[in-house]
Amino acid sequence: MLEIKGLHAGIEDKEILRGIDLVVPTGEVHAIMGPNGSGKSTLSYVLSGREGYEVTGGSATFDGHELLEMEPEERAAAGVFLAFQYPVELPGVNNANFLRTALNAQRRARGDAELDAVQFLKMARAEIKRLSMADDMLKRNVNVGFSGGEKKRNEVLQMAILRPKLAILDETDSGLDIDALKIVADGVNALRGPAFSAVVITHYQRLLEHIVPDRVHVLANGRIIRSGGPELALELEAQGYAAVVAEAA
Amino acid sequence: MPAVTETLDTVAAVTEGGYKWGFSTDIEMDMAPKGLNEDIVRLISERKGEPEWLLAWRLKAFAAWLKMEEPDWAKIHHPPIDYQDLHYYAAPKKKPGPKSLDEVDPALLAMYEKLGIPLRERAILAGVEPGDVEAGEGERPPVAIDAVFDSVSVATTFRATLAKSGVIFCPISEAVHSHPELVKQYLGSVVPAGDNYFAALNSAVFSDGSFVFIPKGVRCPMELSTYFRINARNTGQFERTLIIVEDGGHVSYLEGCTAPQRDENQLHAAVVELVAMTDATIKYSTVQNWYPGDADGKGGIYNFVTKRGVCRGARSKISWTQVETGSAITWKYPSCILQGDDSVGEFYSVAVTTNRQQADTGTKMIHIGKRSKSTIVSKGISAGRSDNTYRGLVRIMKGADGARNFTQCDSLLIGDQCGAHTVPYIESRNPTAKTEHEATTSKIADDQLFYCRQRGLSQEDAVGLIVNGFCKDVLKELPMEFAVEAQKLLAVSLEGSVG
Ligand SMILES: Nc1ncnc2c1ncn2[C@@H]1O[C@H](COP(=O)(O)OP(=O)(O)OP(=O)(O)O)[C@@H](O)[C@H]1O
Ligand SMILES: [Mg+2]
Repeated sequence: MLEIKGLHAGIEDKEILRGIDLVVPTGEVHAIMGPNGSGKSTLSYVLSGREGYEVTGGSATFDGHELLEMEPEERAAAGVFLAFQYPVELPGVNNANFLRTALNAQRRARGDAELDAVQFLKMARAEIKRLSMADDMLKRNVNVGFSGGEKKRNEVLQMAILRPKLAILDETDSGLDIDALKIVADGVNALRGPAFSAVVITHYQRLLEHIVPDRVHVLANGRIIRSGGPELALELEAQGYAAVVAEAA
Repeated sequence: MPAVTETLDTVAAVTEGGYKWGFSTDIEMDMAPKGLNEDIVRLISERKGEPEWLLAWRLKAFAAWLKMEEPDWAKIHHPPIDYQDLHYYAAPKKKPGPKSLDEVDPALLAMYEKLGIPLRERAILAGVEPGDVEAGEGERPPVAIDAVFDSVSVATTFRATLAKSGVIFCPISEAVHSHPELVKQYLGSVVPAGDNYFAALNSAVFSDGSFVFIPKGVRCPMELSTYFRINARNTGQFERTLIIVEDGGHVSYLEGCTAPQRDENQLHAAVVELVAMTDATIKYSTVQNWYPGDADGKGGIYNFVTKRGVCRGARSKISWTQVETGSAITWKYPSCILQGDDSVGEFYSVAVTTNRQQADTGTKMIHIGKRSKSTIVSKGISAGRSDNTYRGLVRIMKGADGARNFTQCDSLLIGDQCGAHTVPYIESRNPTAKTEHEATTSKIADDQLFYCRQRGLSQEDAVGLIVNGFCKDVLKELPMEFAVEAQKLLAVSLEGSVG
């Protein structure tokens, strides 16, 4: 279970998250929607431990771990995965090597046996097939020369291979064609189960037709101003954020 | 000891203990007195029982050296070297060959262990008789090792196998006696005794090194490798290597070294000469890991190396691949003289500098033959307060119609106190020639590190991965076993340089 209480965080002197309270029970998928610049990505970075953000108050725990006190790689080993809004390029590092190194680092940290190259490739190829992605995905360098959509798909592939307990997807649907959108949804839905939770950040109701969320939250100005069921997303789509923000104010 | 001091010492030990191969071995030495003069040159030659012509050659080089001055054009700085304060000859004391490993000096065996030399090779290296070991069936291709332990080669292996195919692989000091006509013909033919200050010094006092001869049409049946180390205190090491490949022959030579931790600066001035005849191929790979000095650069090796190959015949090819992570100072420009028509020269280099290390390295490609082709790929990685310079010359001579050069120089900076410099010289005297030069400078970005760490990699593994990715085009040129070793070395060298 992810439990965020009174979380305040910002950059330098600028406060961006201004008291976030959010509980995502194990097994549930929650969507976060909200205007540009409201702090959605900031929340995902603070939860995953990116440097440069100062936490000025509150807490975030996941399955009993005090997330905010852990190194990014410890959070990853504890099962936290972030699908980046802007995936990063790693020239010369091939995807297979990157993912196997990452997976084995996580397994080592958890005390599990590492996978050898053969075991890994077998597993990775199966995931690629399941997600109907191109075979050369593993051979290519991490995100180098990928189209915007391919980068997002690669995030989903990484998620499928690393099998996190908590996935935070930051606008993974933006810039995707319809087929790719289904792939993202399939990726999340395949992991869905009693031991998996996800926070899906999106601007579009469209994605939520494929990944039906248990709850939808609206983040505006660094706070969650409204929460509801899947129907809230429809309401936002129909009325826009402005109305909801005004109503909450 | 006060607790604070102790803590500081512990921290220092942990952070500076980064040099994992820093150790030295106590073995009885036979050593010349300090200083350099004609008598010392004579003594070296006499100790080695050299023929008169070689002594004369050394003396001529010495006379030339006396008239020369240390070059000052490289972007390196160091206190003046006192050439009179060094020993120029040292040899392990001769004992009859041990009958088994039990009789071998345990210090020597321990050293091999730290170097990671496989058990089966240690006995051979230690000179246990009989010295010939055949490679077993189904094992990976064997590697023949000619270990230079200080100034005298301690042992040479796999000779029987090599001899069967007509390959000569032995210490050059031995080749002087067993194949004088070859040594006489080729020694100094690529790097003349008076070529440059350090080459002249080497020619006067060279200690030992490898000699390789591949006869016509022979593909050397194994990778050849040398481990050499500086061991005796204050003993300059003056390696001399000569590789000759006749028409259609092929050889892959590997050179790797680690060195013991030292207080004083140690001078290393090696010379390597390669000769490739018609259709011959020489692949020369180096992993250099001399002691780089402590965090302030104190005590590291000064590495002044002259490496040059000549592609004499048509379609011959010389390929230099180097991974340079060690030394306080690296001054090194493995070069190719592309004399034959359609000859090919390649230079693939990774140079890593951290702390106070200084590297000024690159290559020279001299195009003489028609349609001669050269490729230069240089990857410089600087961290800490180090300085890393690529210096390369591409010279196209008048007759080199249709010559081609491609140069790619990339620098990767870690932190903001280090320097990366690219100094390309291109001289073309033939309008039909084409040269291309590309250069990039990049930093390991915070978002790259975070991306890796978010996936579960530690900061250090992330740096290792990114750096290895950056160097990929060079590392893939190394023979398999070296590539793996080099990747580890890169990661170890950069430990603690980020964050
Ligand atoms: N590194 C930074 N330096 C300064 N301001 C920043 C930085 N990162 C984020 N901000 C600011 O914090 C606010 C929240 O940004 P954030 O990226 O979290 O928004 P978001 O909700 O993800 O928006 P979008 O929907 O456009 O992705 C914005 O006003 C942004 O300009
Ligand atoms: Mg965002």
